[in-house]
Amino acid sequence: MKLTLKIWRQKNNSDKGGFATYPVDGISKDMSFLEMLDVLNDQLTEKGEDPVHFDHDCREGICGMCSLYINGKPHGPLQTTTCQLHMRSFNDGETITIEPWRAKAFPVVKDLVVDRSAFDRIIQAGGYVSVNTGGVPDANEIPVPKTVADLAMDAAQCIGCGACVAACKNASAMLFTSAKISQLALLPQGQVERKTRAEKMVAQMDAEGFGACTNTGACEAECPKGISITNIARMNREYFSAVVSSESL
Amino acid sequence: MILDSKIPAGPLAEKWTKHKFNSKLVNPANKRKYDVIVVGTGLAGASAAASLAELGYNVKAFCFQDSPRRAHSIAAQGGINAAKNYQNDGDSVFRLFYDTIKGGDYRAREANVYRLAEVSVKIIDQCVAQGVPFAREYGGLLANRSFGGAQVSRTFYARGQTGQQLLLGAYSALSRQVANGKVKLYPRTEMMDVVVIDGHARGIVTRNLITGAVETHAAHAVLLCTGGYGNVFFLSTNAMGSNVTAAWRAHKRGAYFANPCFTQIHPTCIPVSGDHQSKLTLMSESLRNDGRVWVPATKETAEKLRKGQIKANDIKEEDRDYFLERKYPSFGNLVPRDVASRNAKYVCDEGRGVNETGEAVFLDFRDAIKRDGRNIIEQKYGNLFDMYKQITGEDPYQVPMMIYPAVHYTMGGLWVDYNLMTTVPGLYALGEANFSDHGANRLGASALMQGLADGYFVIPYTVGDYLAQVPPKKVDENHPEFAKAKEEVQNRIKTILSINGSKTVDYFHKKLGKIMWNECGMARTAEGLKKAKAEIQALKADFWKDVKVLGTNEELNQSLEKAHRVADFLELGELMVDDALNREESCGGHFREEFQTPEGEALRDDENFAYVAAWKYVGEGTQEELYKEPLEFENVKLTQRSYK
Repeated sequence: MKLTLKIWRQKNNSDKGGFATYPVDGISKDMSFLEMLDVLNDQLTEKGEDPVHFDHDCREGICGMCSLYINGKPHGPLQTTTCQLHMRSFNDGETITIEPWRAKAFPVVKDLVVDRSAFDRIIQAGGYVSVNTGGVPDANEIPVPKTVADLAMDAAQCIGCGACVAACKNASAMLFTSAKISQLALLPQGQVERKTRAEKMVAQMDAEGFGACTNTGACEAECPKGISITNIARMNREYFSAVVSSESL
Repeated sequence: MILDSKIPAGPLAEKWTKHKFNSKLVNPANKRKYDVIVVGTGLAGASAAASLAELGYNVKAFCFQDSPRRAHSIAAQGGINAAKNYQNDGDSVFRLFYDTIKGGDYRAREANVYRLAEVSVKIIDQCVAQGVPFAREYGGLLANRSFGGAQVSRTFYARGQTGQQLLLGAYSALSRQVANGKVKLYPRTEMMDVVVIDGHARGIVTRNLITGAVETHAAHAVLLCTGGYGNVFFLSTNAMGSNVTAAWRAHKRGAYFANPCFTQIHPTCIPVSGDHQSKLTLMSESLRNDGRVWVPATKETAEKLRKGQIKANDIKEEDRDYFLERKYPSFGNLVPRDVASRNAKYVCDEGRGVNETGEAVFLDFRDAIKRDGRNIIEQKYGNLFDMYKQITGEDPYQVPMMIYPAVHYTMGGLWVDYNLMTTVPGLYALGEANFSDHGANRLGASALMQGLADGYFVIPYTVGDYLAQVPPKKVDENHPEFAKAKEEVQNRIKTILSINGSKTVDYFHKKLGKIMWNECGMARTAEGLKKAKAEIQALKADFWKDVKVLGTNEELNQSLEKAHRVADFLELGELMVDDALNREESCGGHFREEFQTPEGEALRDDENFAYVAAWKYVGEGTQEELYKEPLEFENVKLTQRSYK
C-alpha cells in the first residue's frame, strides 16, 4: 500500500505546531497502525529527520497509553484502540490525517503525545476504597450478586485512554469519571464513601478544565471498551443525591 | 562472597511466621523519618508503594509511562492463583506450594515458594476489599476456574482482564496515598542508575523523559519493581517499553543476576506476519482446553498450504498430525507451556509449519464447535476469537487459528534473599524483576500472585527489619557519590547522542532479538550459544560505533530512551548466553538439546545443577563471575516430569 500521511508536528507545549505531509510506501495490510508509523519513523531517522513522537506501550489494547485522532476519530475508524487498528481498514492511495487528542485538560507534550495526568488526579480525588493493606475480612464475607458484579466489571473495564474526552465536542471527562464512580457505587465495598467520592471526583473533574456533558453520546460511540453512558446517568444521580444531603456545607 | 539466602530455620510451615516475629520493627513515630524509593508501578511496585506509605514511610514512586496505571501487569489475562480451597476440591497451601515447586522443575527455593502460597489467600481478601470486581457465582460468592492444567480450581479471575483489575486496584490504593501526601509520583521518569554509598543503596539517578533533566533522589532503601527482560528477544508479549535497564544498572552496581537464561515461551501467541512486526500478542492458554493443535502430516501438504494452493479445511483427517495428542496421549493438548512450545518448534523445523513464514501451527476448534455448538464456544472464547479476527483478519469459527510460541515471561532476575534484598544492602527486587519463586518455569496465574505477595505482604515486614537498623536521619544528597553517578549518566547520554552513525536503534534491537531467539530460545546447544556470544559481542561493538540517535537530551526523545534500553539488552544478552552455556542440563524453559531423555523430554541433572546461578559483574568486557546457591529440598521429592 502507498499512503499519504498528514501528521500534526509540534516541538513542545509552547510551540504552535502544524501539519506535515509524509508519503509512505510498502505498507502491508497486516501491519498495525502503529507499526505503519514505526516504518515512517525508521525512514525519517535514516533521512536525519526527527521521528514522529506518539504514546504507546502494550500494543494489545489494554494499557490505554496509545491515543491518536485518526481521520477525525479517536483511535480511528473502528471502535478499538489505535494499537489494535490494522492497515486493512484503509485503502491503497488514501490520505490519512493524524492528530493528538484535542482538549484543554490534555496539553500537547510533543507531536502526538499529550499529558493525561488530569485523569490520575481525578482518581486521586476519591477513586478508591479507603482500606489499608491487611486487616480486611475474608473475601467471601462480602457477597456480591452476580448481576451487580457484572455491571461493576462493565464499568471497571475503562482503560483511561481519554478517547471519550477527545470524541466529545465539550471535551467532557464524564464517561471516564462516571465509570469509576459507578464501579464503586454498585459494589458493597464502595458504600461507606459513596457520597464523598461522587462529590470529590466531580469537583476535581471540573477543576481540571473538562467540559460539561450534553448527552451527544459521542464518548460511548468511540470508547474502545464500550463503556456505556448509563454510567453518566448513574454518576449524576450519585452526585445530586450526595450534594442535597452533603455534610460538607 | 558466600550467598546467604537468610532462610529462617524451623519447619517449612512456620518459617514465615517466625521470621516476621524475629524481624525488627521501626517505631511508629520514626517511620516518617524514612524515605523509600519504589521504581516501577506494576503489581509489585504499586502494592509496595501503597502499603509502605500506609505504614507511614515517605515514598517516591517512579514509572516511565505517563501514568502508573499503564504498567504491563495490566495485560495479564488469565487469573491469579490462591490456596483458598473455596471449591472444596482438595486445595491447600501445601498443594499450591508443591505444584509451584514441581512446575518450576525444582529450581526454586522451598521457603520462598511456601511463603508465596501462604500469603496468596490474603491477596484475594485484600483485592476484594478494594473493590476489584472478580467473577462471581449466582450465590454472590467468588468463582474459580482451573487453569494451566492444575488439578484444582484455585484461579480467581475478572473476565479475561484479571491483570487489569488487580493493577487498577493497586493503583487506586497508590492514588489514595498520593492524595494523602505520603507518595510522591514521578511519571515519565526513567531510572538510570543506583547510587551506592559505603556499600548500601542510598538513592537513584533518573532522567525526566519530557525535559531530559538528569536528577538524583536519596532514600534509605530502594525497591526495584521493574518487571522482566523478555524484550531482549525484540519480539515478545511484553509491552514496547518493558526493559531491563533498572535491574541491569543495579547489577553493574553490585547486585547479582540470577538464572538469566530461564525464560518462558508461551505456546499460544499469534504468529509473526512479517518483518514489520513490533510485538506479539498472547491468546489465552485456556484455548487449549477445546482447540486441537495440528499440522499437515507431510512436508508436501504443508508446502501447498503455504503457497495457497490448498486451504486448511481441505486437508483430510488422515493427512493431519495432531502431534500433541499423538505424543502425549494422557495430557494431549494440555501439556505444560514449555512442552507445547517445544513441540510446535519441532514440527515447524521439519518443514510442516503452516503460515507464509512456515512458523505456525493450527489450533482448530472445528470439532469443539461440532460437539458443543457455536454458542457454547462463543460464550467461552468469544472475546478471544474477536481479538484474533481483529489482528489477523481471519474468522476462527470458520478456519483454524494459527499460533506460534513467543517469549512471555522471565523467571530469572536479580538475586534476592528471603527478605527480597539483593546483594546490595538496602536494594530490593520485587515481582518479575527478581528470580525467586518460579524456578525454571512459571505456572499460569502465578505471576500476579507473586507481584502482589511481594508488594502487599512481604516487603512491608522485611524492609522494616532493614530500616530499623539504619539511623533515621536524612540521606545527604550532597554526598559525592550522587554527583558522580549523575555525571556518569550524563556522559553516557552525551556519548550516545554523539555517535551519529548510520543504523537505527531498532536495527540493533531486531538483530539482537534474532540471535537470542535462534540460539537462546526454545532449544539451545553449546555450539549455538558460543556462536551467539561472538555475534552479540560484535553487535555491541557496532552499536557503540554506528548507532544513529537524533535530537537532543533536553526534549522528549523516544529514540534516546530506546537506545539506553537496547544498550543494556546487548549486555544482558551475553550474560544469558553464558548462563545457558553453564547450565549443562535441561529444566523447565531451559532446554539444552544435548541433555534430553530418549523420548526428547527435558533431562535434569539434580546432582550437579540443583543450584541458583548468580552472576557478579566484574567489569566491562570481562567474563562475569558465577556464584552458586545450592537448592535444598526437604519437603518435596524430586521427580522427572512426565506428561505421557
